Amino acid sequence: MSNRKKDDVTGTETTGHSWDGIEELNTPLPRWWLWTLYLCIIWGIIYTIAYPAWPMVSGATKGVLGWSTRANVAAEITAHEAKNAKLVTALLGTDMEALPANADLNRYAIARGGSVFRANCSQCHGSGAAGAKGYPNLLDDDWLWGGQMADIEYTVRHGIRNEQDGDARYSQMPAFGEILEKEEIAAVVEHVVSLSSTDYDADIAAAGAAVFAGNCSACHGETGLGDRAQGAPNLADAIWLYGGDRQTLTNTVVNARFGIMPAWGPRLTEADVRAVSAYVHSLGGGE
Amino acid sequence: MTNQTNPPSLYAPREPIFPRRVTGFFRRFKWAILIATLGIYYVTPWIRWDRGPSLPDQAVLVDLASRRFYFLWIEIWPHEFYFVAGLLIMAGLGLFLFTSALGRVWCGYTCPQTVWTDLFILVERWIEGDRNARVRLHKAGWGLHKWRLRLTKWAIWLVIAVATGGAWVFYFTDAPTLARDLVRLTAHPAAYITIAILTATTFIFGGFLREQVCIYMCPWPRIQAAMMDADTITVAYRDWRGEPRGKSNTRRSQATAVQIEADQQATGANEARYPGTLYREAAKPVASATQPDSGPGDCIDCMACVNVCPMGIDIRNGQQMECITCALCIDACDDVMDKIGKPRGLIDYMALSDETAERAGEPSKPLWRHILRPRTILYTLIWSLIGIGLVYALFVRSDIELTVSPVRNPTYVTLSDGAVRNIYDVRLRNKSGQARDFRLRLTSDDVLRIGLEGTDDLTIKVPADTTVLQRVYVTARPQDRAATSATTPLRLWVEDTTAQTRASKATNFNGKAN
Repeated sequence: MSNRKKDDVTGTETTGHSWDGIEELNTPLPRWWLWTLYLCIIWGIIYTIAYPAWPMVSGATKGVLGWSTRANVAAEITAHEAKNAKLVTALLGTDMEALPANADLNRYAIARGGSVFRANCSQCHGSGAAGAKGYPNLLDDDWLWGGQMADIEYTVRHGIRNEQDGDARYSQMPAFGEILEKEEIAAVVEHVVSLSSTDYDADIAAAGAAVFAGNCSACHGETGLGDRAQGAPNLADAIWLYGGDRQTLTNTVVNARFGIMPAWGPRLTEADVRAVSAYVHSLGGGE
Repeated sequence: MTNQTNPPSLYAPREPIFPRRVTGFFRRFKWAILIATLGIYYVTPWIRWDRGPSLPDQAVLVDLASRRFYFLWIEIWPHEFYFVAGLLIMAGLGLFLFTSALGRVWCGYTCPQTVWTDLFILVERWIEGDRNARVRLHKAGWGLHKWRLRLTKWAIWLVIAVATGGAWVFYFTDAPTLARDLVRLTAHPAAYITIAILTATTFIFGGFLREQVCIYMCPWPRIQAAMMDADTITVAYRDWRGEPRGKSNTRRSQATAVQIEADQQATGANEARYPGTLYREAAKPVASATQPDSGPGDCIDCMACVNVCPMGIDIRNGQQMECITCALCIDACDDVMDKIGKPRGLIDYMALSDETAERAGEPSKPLWRHILRPRTILYTLIWSLIGIGLVYALFVRSDIELTVSPVRNPTYVTLSDGAVRNIYDVRLRNKSGQARDFRLRLTSDDVLRIGLEGTDDLTIKVPADTTVLQRVYVTARPQDRAATSATTPLRLWVEDTTAQTRASKATNFNGKAN
């Protein structure tokens, strides 16, 4: 300690550090700074007693104030629901067909339905509701079971071809592989292609028309426009749920299709069912 | 180890400063600025501005809940925050400009810390008397007299502090309503908490921490040193004229000895409290043309400049980080120079390059050459460009706006007749004070049709001062070129059917080739 040096100009003691001849002065800190440090330490101790802080073997100390993020979130959700209670009541009381005319309530229903959709429906129908092979696109104007608000709501509530809900929409296409001959299947596929395309073999399609009339028209209609009462797809439009190429169509005719959707009535609240129906109806295809 | 001296304490107590009352031009100027700045601060939230029935009528209002900023006739929405960013950049550049031209004028005259400290010192002087009385009171024991004066002073400080925090909250909500609620104790807790915090900071910073805030807490003094150079006008001591100092006509033989003694007088033996820079050593004259080394300098070492300094420094030590250039030492020294019959300006606003020139007997640069330098011109230029840009942006913006975000999940939708549809989320903003009917249409080189969700016609009612989100469909028939090509440019227009104003945004249509 005998090598303490004083700076010639200022008379202040130096730390002994020197860079390029510039010496670091050992200027004392202000004392209030020290008090601030002590205050912060005391504050820190109080804080760790008041709030969850110290990690223990099974979880952290709880803190005497009983503060928890989980409780905060629950409280926020409750507060939010209380705020929306009026709108929810209105949504439950409204006639769904009249909903789009009520702009404020409709906006709420669509926003709420959007989050219900992303949480429950997007796994199959996609986050943008564009569907996938076997899972209908909800953005277009083609509906298997109907695109009116009431139709959509019924589908959401009861689902399609599931075993849980007795009121589920139901229909079953026979697997024609066991009913028709190979040639007949090829012919009817050609006829189906001819309904929406100009690229087909007219002779084979003509033969298929007879097969179609005998086996398919009961559900799909004589001209192949489908029947929403039975969920029979329109075969004459540009939209294919599984695919419109000959191979996929052959597969469909031979093995049939049996798309299932769960019933959401028991899983969602009544308000959520209504909201998600309003949301799907608002995506562009609603009738 | 036998030689060991007592190590100095690692922590130094604050040395109290008792600035003496001073009169003069700069003191009057500072009072004027104090009245002006505090006046603006307290009065602004109470100015009314008629914006129609559905908008607030407060001239300056930061409406955080509704996300609107009102400034006289200007209304800023959150997406126009670049105005605020631009103003902040201008404020920064303005500070650079003033600092490089005139030194720390911000610190010395307009910084809230300086203004409120000035006010607090004024109160202190009214209650406890001028410097000498305050020093005596400081040294006196805690008797009835001292308690009475101290409590009176603190009470007045507290009133000012509460008023400071109280004025702040009025900028964020309707002032008369809030004032009524505050008195009735029904205002939002945030208002009381804000007032409490600002009361505490004002009281502590203005009453007790004062120069400590500038020296230890504020980064500005350290940054500003980088903005200044030898041509910057700042408060300085004419070393060549003042040295060697002496009381009456007694001459001190050695300038250095005088300096050390002055330091000791200011602070006590061997403890230079705020040591100056090396400037005075480096620039010490060998022989001055105007002031022969033989005669005594003009400085009579009366310590007036030190006694009036709110920062407790000695300006004669040269440029110091602690100096806020409040110029009170100029007033104090001019007063003394008048009394002893010497010319004013021993301490003066001047550039360091002037000091050197004057010492060498050369004429100093005229003021405009200090101010008009490439550096200041460049700052002014950038500052003006941003300002012009902001004013331009302000005048070209319209009362209606739209933003278009194309829905790209999926990229397009095929309809049952083979048509291709794109979906756009369009946000329509009505910034006027009335509900308006907005009509949407599109223009494109190719054939495209527009439709809206939830309505058959293309008109939507947008309430006053709101944004409405509208789902817009653009469709190309199967035979249209847009249906099969990759992307087709188009422009969406929104037109206010009443005011005939319109706005548009360009976007793209995705076809099947996409």
